[in-house]
Amino acid sequence: MLTVSGSPHVHGDSSVKKIMYTVVFAMVPAMLVSVYFFGLDALRVLVISSLACLFFEWLIQKYLIKGPVTINDGSALVTGILLAFNVPSDLPAWILIVGAFIAIGMAKMSFGGLGKNPFNPALVGRVFLLISFPVQMTSWPEPRLLFGGTASYPDAMGGATPLAFLKEGLKNNSVPELMEKMPDMMSNLIGFIGGSLGEVSAVALLLGAVYMLIKKVISWHIPVAYIGSVLIFTGILWLIDPNAYADPMFHLLTGGLILGAFFMATDMVSSPISPMGQIIFGIGCGVITILIRVWGAYPEGVSFAILIMNAFTPLINLGFKPKRFGEKLKAA
Amino acid sequence: MIYSVISIGSIGIAAAVILYFVAQRFKVIEDPKIDEVEEALPAANCGGCGYPGCRNFAEATVKSAHDSKHIEGLNCPVGGNDVMSQVAAILGLEVEESKPMIAVVRCNGSRENSPQKVQYDGPATCAFAHNLYSGEGGCPHGCLGLGDCVASCAFDAIHMDPETGLPVVNDKCVACGACVKACPRNIIELRFKGPKDRRIFVSCVNKEKGGPAKKNCAVACIGCGKCEKECKFDAITIENNLAYIDHEKCKLCRKCAPVCPTNAIHELHFPPKKVRPPREEEAGTEPAAPKAEKKEEKKEE
Amino acid sequence: MGILKTFSLGGVHPPENKLSADKAIEVMPLPKQAFIPLNQNLGAPGVPQVQKGDEIKVGQLIAKGEAFISSNVHSPVSGKVLKVDNVVDPSGYKRPAFVVNVEGDEWVESIDRSPEFIKEIKLSQKEIIDKIHDLGIVGLGGATFPSHVKLMVPEGKTAEVLIINGVECEPYLTADHRVMLEKGDEVMVGTSILMKGLGVKRAVIGIENNKKDAISHLTELAKNYEGIEICPLKVKYPQGGEKQLIKATIKREVPSGKLPIEVGAVVNNVGTAFAVYEAVQKNKPLIERVVTITGKSVSKPGNFMARIGTPIAELVEKAGGLPDDSGKLIGGGPMMGKALLSLDTPIVKGSSGILILREDESKRVEMKNCIRCARCVSVCPMGLEPLLLAQQSEGEMWDDAEKDRIMDCIECGSCHYTCPSGRPLLDYIRLGKNKVGQIIRNRGKK
Repeated sequence: MLTVSGSPHVHGDSSVKKIMYTVVFAMVPAMLVSVYFFGLDALRVLVISSLACLFFEWLIQKYLIKGPVTINDGSALVTGILLAFNVPSDLPAWILIVGAFIAIGMAKMSFGGLGKNPFNPALVGRVFLLISFPVQMTSWPEPRLLFGGTASYPDAMGGATPLAFLKEGLKNNSVPELMEKMPDMMSNLIGFIGGSLGEVSAVALLLGAVYMLIKKVISWHIPVAYIGSVLIFTGILWLIDPNAYADPMFHLLTGGLILGAFFMATDMVSSPISPMGQIIFGIGCGVITILIRVWGAYPEGVSFAILIMNAFTPLINLGFKPKRFGEKLKAA
Repeated sequence: MIYSVISIGSIGIAAAVILYFVAQRFKVIEDPKIDEVEEALPAANCGGCGYPGCRNFAEATVKSAHDSKHIEGLNCPVGGNDVMSQVAAILGLEVEESKPMIAVVRCNGSRENSPQKVQYDGPATCAFAHNLYSGEGGCPHGCLGLGDCVASCAFDAIHMDPETGLPVVNDKCVACGACVKACPRNIIELRFKGPKDRRIFVSCVNKEKGGPAKKNCAVACIGCGKCEKECKFDAITIENNLAYIDHEKCKLCRKCAPVCPTNAIHELHFPPKKVRPPREEEAGTEPAAPKAEKKEEKKEE
Repeated sequence: MGILKTFSLGGVHPPENKLSADKAIEVMPLPKQAFIPLNQNLGAPGVPQVQKGDEIKVGQLIAKGEAFISSNVHSPVSGKVLKVDNVVDPSGYKRPAFVVNVEGDEWVESIDRSPEFIKEIKLSQKEIIDKIHDLGIVGLGGATFPSHVKLMVPEGKTAEVLIINGVECEPYLTADHRVMLEKGDEVMVGTSILMKGLGVKRAVIGIENNKKDAISHLTELAKNYEGIEICPLKVKYPQGGEKQLIKATIKREVPSGKLPIEVGAVVNNVGTAFAVYEAVQKNKPLIERVVTITGKSVSKPGNFMARIGTPIAELVEKAGGLPDDSGKLIGGGPMMGKALLSLDTPIVKGSSGILILREDESKRVEMKNCIRCARCVSVCPMGLEPLLLAQQSEGEMWDDAEKDRIMDCIECGSCHYTCPSGRPLLDYIRLGKNKVGQIIRNRGKK
């Protein structure tokens, strides 16, 4: 029997599964690097977080909502890995599981599942843990290498992240003095610094980001706008007073900026849909990140900035529409 | 400590005074009858009366009673006669009892009667399928079975029968008219419920000529006119190859149903007929009587 | 070669599958019965001029277009009119049509059947327009807009460029390609006739770069004709859309809600140019056209010159018969074509091709939640937000849909094609366009 349906009668080969697994693949370099720097603890965190997220999604979909189970579309896996990237590697397992429950149960499922969440689930989980368990979430282990030995790490810093060290140190010292005690730019780039699993190695993250851009899973607008505005804002501050403010490269390579700009702010569900809207979103994230980093109470502002801008996304969508065909009459 | 009590207390008092004066200044004076009428209404806010919400209907009745001393044309189908008599009592008027109505699905193009010729793949909404093509059974006027009527009902009164693929109306129907508007092919009509829930109607809205109509559906109305001739009350008219029974004129005498060659006329909730011996002229329609019985039994369930 | 011209917003790249690109045009034998619908154009249907029992000849006027936007219908066959009945036509509904029992192949005397190529255009501008009107020429790109109406420039507007659409961006279809290759000279003369009819000195023929042989052939021929340029275009769907073609070839954007004449352009399909040649130089009305029969399971895909009214079943037989694993029968290409109900549907003036999809290709992808990835926004050639428009149509928010320019949608299907969640975007947008169009029309009436 013939089938009748509306046009078009063919479909491209993109699917939600493909997109999600491309993102997972892009995060593999950062996953490998985190295991190299933080040892098997990192592996433990990654595995527990991913499994917990998948488990909670399955549990809620099967027994609470009683609808189709979609855990193999890869979105819970992405949330799990991103959540793992955002926590220190010595976080106790039970806290991680609570975080997974909040991320999947509260931030994603309670809004209606994939596609309906207004906030990035991994970030909601991370911020919840940060505020509820501040001590465990900010005691950073010293990075060890997988096969023994420690990285060449200035003793004075202990396990603190560069940003935390900066914030604490600025109370008494000036920036150039602190910079001497911190790892050099190369270490920042490669990852020989303290921090959560995913934020340390800029190189590994950039590799993944380039892969996602080539596969057209993300577009350049949000990361470029985000990082660009951070560089400009910190550049202006640094030029005004290099003793009180760190230089732009430092801000770029430390903290979760690259992780946030490429992997978290670009989460499609919670970011705007038009190119102009995305640029505004990126700029907003950048400005708020630096405001928190420099004048706020927390040393790192990426998570809060992205969540705040997520709340503005519907407004941005209303205000910034894509360029319409035929808007400007151009003569040949 | 005393200063905080004084300051907070005076702010509170000042706010209360301001709010009192503002409430007095911007008070909306409404006829208290509107509230009384609204109380009597069923608060379904379904729009069946033609007004957006029960409050607006209450305002309309009070206005009409005030301006023209009657509330003709205003009817709450959900509350029915009980509620309207109450409303009339509040307004000091008399009302005529209207006959209760119910939504009637005028199509019997089930999967059995109108076999599937193509398969539909797309969004499950009749509005879209109607624009796309004539229908899985081929009849361009028949029910598409995708349930826009079911989705529009606020009273849980209409459901899709999975076996036949047609909607079935149950007793909860209050004739609000939502499903009538939702059907893109105007298959559903509001008709009198009838004494003891009995009604007779032509279960077809096909306007094609007899040949093409029958090709697509075994129980289509072919516009042959036999029922029109049979009816002694002038209740049946044939227009565009389709018979229509006017529910205002129909006296439920049941003479039209057995003469229909395709069994397109349905009699609902009647007791089973005794099988009459075949008369000479109607020899060809003899099997109609037992088939009508079977349908009645099914509908009575 | 340089960078190829293209339109700037959106676009997708469905696989081309031009299976019949190298198959020369074959003339179909006459059918035994022809079903000729009265309405084969955009606008009002024709008024019948013959009735049951009449003997008719090929090229005889059988329906007259009396409204402003309507077109004449001429008989494609000779024989006896059996009846005027309702027949399922490619719209999916039954429409009135002539059913003719074909007897022989007698043509009306005024038609020049000689194969001689006539280059000189003897008619004046007004005579050209009248001829095109009388002989029932409509746009053969699929929209079937009466061609003479397009040539009549309204007051206050000027036509500057004629654009010929040789793009054929739909996958699988190759009818226009073969017409350009095999009837190139006729196409060029047809273009010149249209230029004269419109009163312009410049014409651009846009051809997608996957038809390199057609581009080089026509570029060679263009040297002998005044004012005609050939413009190779980048392969991107929907390059063949009117507004996208104008943007790519002459860099002008038609404003929202307006026609191409607003920017001085008139667009015609290359098949229409060929039909115009036959009408003006040979006095031949539009009675036959090239139709592509194609599909991955079809054993002998090809391009056939068929008379209007031939049942599709006969063409499919010629192409090797209906494959066993057929799932969908599509009139047109896979992106914008309409799914047909049965093989008994006749060929009409707007039939560019018949595509037979296999069973496994016919089922839609499973629908999931919208993940707001905005790929549909990035591929929409009109710069709309399909995810928003579909949501508004589903929620019946017609005012918002109108504000978000749902009426600008050209129904190309790029959004639906790209969606990773398999959402039926175009279905809902079409519903919305219908409703909003009704609302706008009702507003105008008040």
